[in-house]
Amino acid sequence: MSDLVLRFLIGGMVVSLFALISDVLRPRSFAGIFGAAPSIALATLGLTIVKEGPQYASIEARSMVLGAIGFLVYAICVCRLLARSSTAALVATVGLLPVWAAVSFSLWFLLVRSSS
Amino acid sequence: MIELKLSSIKDSRPREYIIRFVFGGVCTVLAGLVAKKYGPGVGGLFLAFPAIFPAGASLIESHEKKRKAKIGYDGTTRGRLAASVESSGTSIGCLALVGFALVVWLGVPHANAFTVMVAAAAVWLLLAATLWAAYRHRIFHRSTPDS
Repeated sequence: MSDLVLRFLIGGMVVSLFALISDVLRPRSFAGIFGAAPSIALATLGLTIVKEGPQYASIEARSMVLGAIGFLVYAICVCRLLARSSTAALVATVGLLPVWAAVSFSLWFLLVRSSS
Repeated sequence: MIELKLSSIKDSRPREYIIRFVFGGVCTVLAGLVAKKYGPGVGGLFLAFPAIFPAGASLIESHEKKRKAKIGYDGTTRGRLAASVESSGTSIGCLALVGFALVVWLGVPHANAFTVMVAAAAVWLLLAATLWAAYRHRIFHRSTPDS
């Protein structure tokens, strides 16, 4: 339980910090890179290494590569949708989350699961 | 040119910071729980979950709308386009995120964990800034406004 509370507090703080950095930076396209900051990874990987060991963290990071590719495809889709339609930002960003899941899990099944 | 605009902190209300804190905390806890239940292979995917992005994009849209409304204009399109520009930056950050994950994946089993994490964060920032500069250069040559 205390582990979950610790994760919650560290995660909240790291994500808020990156959000704050993104808020004060201009131009917007540069501030946008902080939308893909490794916030969750920085918040959790340290704890994971201490509790589960470096090999476990390394396996997580290998999958993170695929999750990041999924995020890339998702962000491009959001960018195009917002530029070319009248969809609101919240609808576009939340509505397209299945794109992240589809790309990430498909790559994981194709490249990791099928080879193990 | 990259600038710090500290006055934009005042655009966000305390409630918006609380929402980001709670959302970030929940996403971090969920990533840990998924790894515990389904193993590090699946859990690792959630280390690159777009945790901060939806809230950030919608806040930018609403701030732009409010800014335009103050001077009597409808900022709906302006707000949406600002969020789109921010998303283009986020896609650059995603490429750098791949670099971060590669450094941790290959480095953590062989070197001091703290050193690897610092190196990975530095690689992310350096890669993101370099790719953004290249993107900006391309945009500049098309003379497209971007701020």
